Amino acid sequence: MSKTIESDLVRHIGKLSRIELTDQETQTLATQLGAILVYFDKLQGLPTDGVEPMVHALEVHNALADDVPHQSLTADQALANAPDRDGDFFKVPKVIGDSQ
Amino acid sequence: MSHNVLDLSALELREAVASGELTAGEAVEAYLDAIERREPHLRAYNEVLADEARAQADQVDAQRRDGLPMGPLAGVPVALKDNLCTPFGHTTCSSKMLADFRAPYTATAVAKLRQAGAVILGKTNLDEFAMGSSTENSGFAPTCNPWDPKRVPGGSSGGSAAAVAARTCAAALGSDTGGSIRQPAAFCGVVGLKPTYGRVSRFGLVAYGSSLDQIGPLGRDVADAALLADVISGYDPKDSTSIDRPVGDFLAGLDRPVHNLRVGWPGEFFSDALDGEIRSAIEKARDLYKELGATIVDVSLPHSRIDTDAAGNLSSYAVACYYIVAMAEASSNLARYDGVHYGHRTDRPCDDILDLYSRSRAEGLGEEVKRRIMLGTYTLSAGYYDAYYHKALKVRRLIKNDFDRAFEQCDVLLCPTTPTTAFALGEKTADPLTMYLADIYTISVNLAGLPGLSLPAGVSAAGLPIGMQLIGPVFREDLLLRAGRMFEKASGISRLAPPMVQ
Repeated sequence: MSKTIESDLVRHIGKLSRIELTDQETQTLATQLGAILVYFDKLQGLPTDGVEPMVHALEVHNALADDVPHQSLTADQALANAPDRDGDFFKVPKVIGDSQ
Repeated sequence: MSHNVLDLSALELREAVASGELTAGEAVEAYLDAIERREPHLRAYNEVLADEARAQADQVDAQRRDGLPMGPLAGVPVALKDNLCTPFGHTTCSSKMLADFRAPYTATAVAKLRQAGAVILGKTNLDEFAMGSSTENSGFAPTCNPWDPKRVPGGSSGGSAAAVAARTCAAALGSDTGGSIRQPAAFCGVVGLKPTYGRVSRFGLVAYGSSLDQIGPLGRDVADAALLADVISGYDPKDSTSIDRPVGDFLAGLDRPVHNLRVGWPGEFFSDALDGEIRSAIEKARDLYKELGATIVDVSLPHSRIDTDAAGNLSSYAVACYYIVAMAEASSNLARYDGVHYGHRTDRPCDDILDLYSRSRAEGLGEEVKRRIMLGTYTLSAGYYDAYYHKALKVRRLIKNDFDRAFEQCDVLLCPTTPTTAFALGEKTADPLTMYLADIYTISVNLAGLPGLSLPAGVSAAGLPIGMQLIGPVFREDLLLRAGRMFEKASGISRLAPPMVQ
């Protein structure tokens, strides 16, 4: 049992995931992702009507931190690993421009 | 003394340092020497932090000279999986994305180790971002199994397990999302504990599947696992999922056998797909528990049932459920690697910020990580959410209910840790799905949030370790460790030494 998903779908998922894909990668992924999705489809045969979804491993409810001031990272610490910075800012290419 | 330092367990080493029989300095030199000799054959470490380790050892020795109290891990050289944030060295997750990353804060579990006097030797290799079962998905190089360098150490905490087995650290920390402590522990012949979800703070553990991830110890015997678990457990306000309840003292009660122990035997885990030698090792363990006065109770975990499908592949609802949940959480957690705040940024010119994201991620992330992010993104996307993610959450509930029912009849469950012994390097890399099935006995434990312990149950005819798994109810690590200790003592199967250290 195998299934190949459409290359267009792979490209679409790549876009949603913010991962650029080569044509070769797109082809390989179409087969690999298809096979894994077939495996996931096994769950469809299992009746789950009325079963409460389990989001978390333990039933823990909102844990709130005490409302007391504490020392956060300094700007220099927060920026220490930044690929590019401008003063106390992260530097990136233009965000708003010609592309829609 | 320095001649047999490497043979001491973490507990014995701590006693030797506390009594003055051995200095922390001598201990760290013995381990750094072992690393130098054995690492070329293993590649268990991403980074050895020799200078920092020596300085920490000096601190312990100075404390002893000054008559200050010795911590429970005083002078014990430990290794850390490289997805735990450390205040020194790098924290890479074995990803090119984080190859140069230096964490601005320290994981709580690491801080607790340091406070207890442990000496951090270095950071160990893993499958990139803990996604894998063989350490072959490392963005740097695979780690070899100390029992046979042509085989994998398991994963994703393969570096930690290999280092403990090869005596290039006294003990180690790993993390377990679907079996990543227990499976490599089984493949390398060491003890690995995945604590109850919430028992150990995840603050400073780089996130993969946040509802599943848990930090835990790997050691040469059950006592060492208990010793480290004692140190790292406990509530931490920095992790909103950590649980505020008393931890107890796992080590103090360890040698007290469990009176009237009821050992659950999940029949679904013993299908024809299980390797014959592993089956017989686990059956022997069951018989030994019987001799020790335990009652064996047949229990059923129908939604974790393992079958063989028409194509001869192992098949289980739990595996499908686990990978849907883990990948969905991964797709969200790993969105942070954007080439802006930290980590790899593409050198190629980009027209806009989306190009920058997509190219930086394409270059910095490995194949398996991309697959999981993409599948997670897909299963969470409009039109598919109900069929995959929502459905998986319901199946997760059914899996947990099975365990709840089982624990009404027994104290611990006994089963294999893995369907096979360590497989060959390269054997499963071509087909991602076959690799996922290496976790078939361990993943339901994470889905249900339970504690699980893997300990050696013997060695196969081919000379490879066999692991057995004990599973307990939530927050009953004490029971698991005591039951594990009973087996270890009675069987004499403990502190297995691979040929390279004999």
